[in-house]
Amino acid sequence: MKQPFDGLVRNDGEWLRGDGPMHEIVISTRIRLARNIAGFHFLSRADSEMRAEIAETVQAAVRKAGLLNDFTHVDVDQLEELERNLLVERQLVSRQHAEGIGARKVVFDENEASAVMINEEDHVRIQVMRSGLQLEQAWEQINAVDDALEARLEYAFHPQYGYLTACPTNLGTGIRVSVMLHLPALRLTNELERVGRAAKDLKLAVRGLFGEGTEAMGDFFQISNQITLGCEETAIIRAFHDGVIPEIVEYEKSARAALLDKRLYALDDKLFRAYGALQNARLMSTSEAMQYLSHVRMGLHIGRLKTVDLQTVNQLFIQTQPAHLQALEGQRLNGEQRSIARANLIRDRLSRN
Amino acid sequence: MGLCENCKKAQATFHLMNITREGEKIERHLCERCAIEEGLVQAPKQNFSMEIIENFIESAKSSGPENQSDMLCDECGISYVEFRNQGLLGCPNDYDAFQDVLQPLIERAHDGATQHIGKTPSTLGVERTPQQEIRLLKRQLDEAVAAEDYERAAKLRDRIDTLEKS
Repeated sequence: MKQPFDGLVRNDGEWLRGDGPMHEIVISTRIRLARNIAGFHFLSRADSEMRAEIAETVQAAVRKAGLLNDFTHVDVDQLEELERNLLVERQLVSRQHAEGIGARKVVFDENEASAVMINEEDHVRIQVMRSGLQLEQAWEQINAVDDALEARLEYAFHPQYGYLTACPTNLGTGIRVSVMLHLPALRLTNELERVGRAAKDLKLAVRGLFGEGTEAMGDFFQISNQITLGCEETAIIRAFHDGVIPEIVEYEKSARAALLDKRLYALDDKLFRAYGALQNARLMSTSEAMQYLSHVRMGLHIGRLKTVDLQTVNQLFIQTQPAHLQALEGQRLNGEQRSIARANLIRDRLSRN
Repeated sequence: MGLCENCKKAQATFHLMNITREGEKIERHLCERCAIEEGLVQAPKQNFSMEIIENFIESAKSSGPENQSDMLCDECGISYVEFRNQGLLGCPNDYDAFQDVLQPLIERAHDGATQHIGKTPSTLGVERTPQQEIRLLKRQLDEAVAAEDYERAAKLRDRIDTLEKS
């Protein structure tokens, strides 16, 4: 495993640090801006020469902007599959970017809070990630990164349509705000459709852990905006901050309170079974591990489980993902070998608590 | 739970039992991919935004001009049909080249909006048109009223009045 990947595997990463406002339920806040450079085609019509030129141009601008120190520059097209998957699991690149074609890059800072994907669906995708609910802070930060790049790049901008994007669904502000929520109690009480309704009213999408087209694993859900045209960035952010997120957090809290109040034995049974399975299993799939860790995480937050620490649980969420697991083991593993290694890793970590 | 009898790699999640006319029972156990390949199940929808695009395309087919299939962008050479098939445009100029047929799609994607408000690149020296400015101010006015910040609302209203008169 090449640098910087070795270090990455052992870090916690910003999004699973487990602090920040409302962190018990709001895992992370992410904002992404889609931008394209004037004078170039969008990527679907860019030949390999143009792709390379775009990549060089944007990378040079990122270097000159010098916003944050210790940026890591990675040529995604030069990576091995395992390394690419590692970046996806850390949410530094999208699955689409990892599996794309031609010259493409990602640049990210030391604590993995800011990243710039180059040549994903658009020429530039800036991303800022924060623990907990920190929409304004994330916006300030990404706006500053965008300003610094804009001073060195001429963005494709249209007086009527705003920032032009390869797909018209991102047109205008090019902003995608995503808040990742941990909603185990709403799932246990079969009330997830309340989340769907709250989101739908505001034309927001509900997705799984790794964004578009992924399933909700381990009770994690991402809420993100769909409309990017005709609505100011700050208004979109405010809709999340003042409206839908506190509303869903309240739903989850009251579901947790109801379980504690009326179904304590059933709840404890779930939590302690999850803990027991993590402590004892010899084979464990990713989705199974996510589900048990999810219940243990809630158990810690509501004070029913006391023998594990949150840091360990948060670390396990990421380190039990397939690419992380193989990186930690230092070799490629097949499905069954991964299940064994995952069970071993979890048992080992929990016994050291 | 067993492996797919076809590719023998993935978990079989699709189980089918057929009884022939002779009364013989035939069982099939396939993974999702192989089941899709054999046409036994439909491929799942790719993702949400593709779904939106498909919806637009449907609406574009019915509302666009009849010769839309011939439209080409001079800049990148993409045809409207190609965009329709892949859901991605070829270059920034397409927004002007295909404006007539794109506009209804854009409206549907963005809840009726056709005009950007929000951040604009300052280095381009792009200034808001008076219409954009008024739209933005009106939105801020609504928010100020909702927040019962009447002092700010009055100031905003005055600026809107001035702009509308000029």
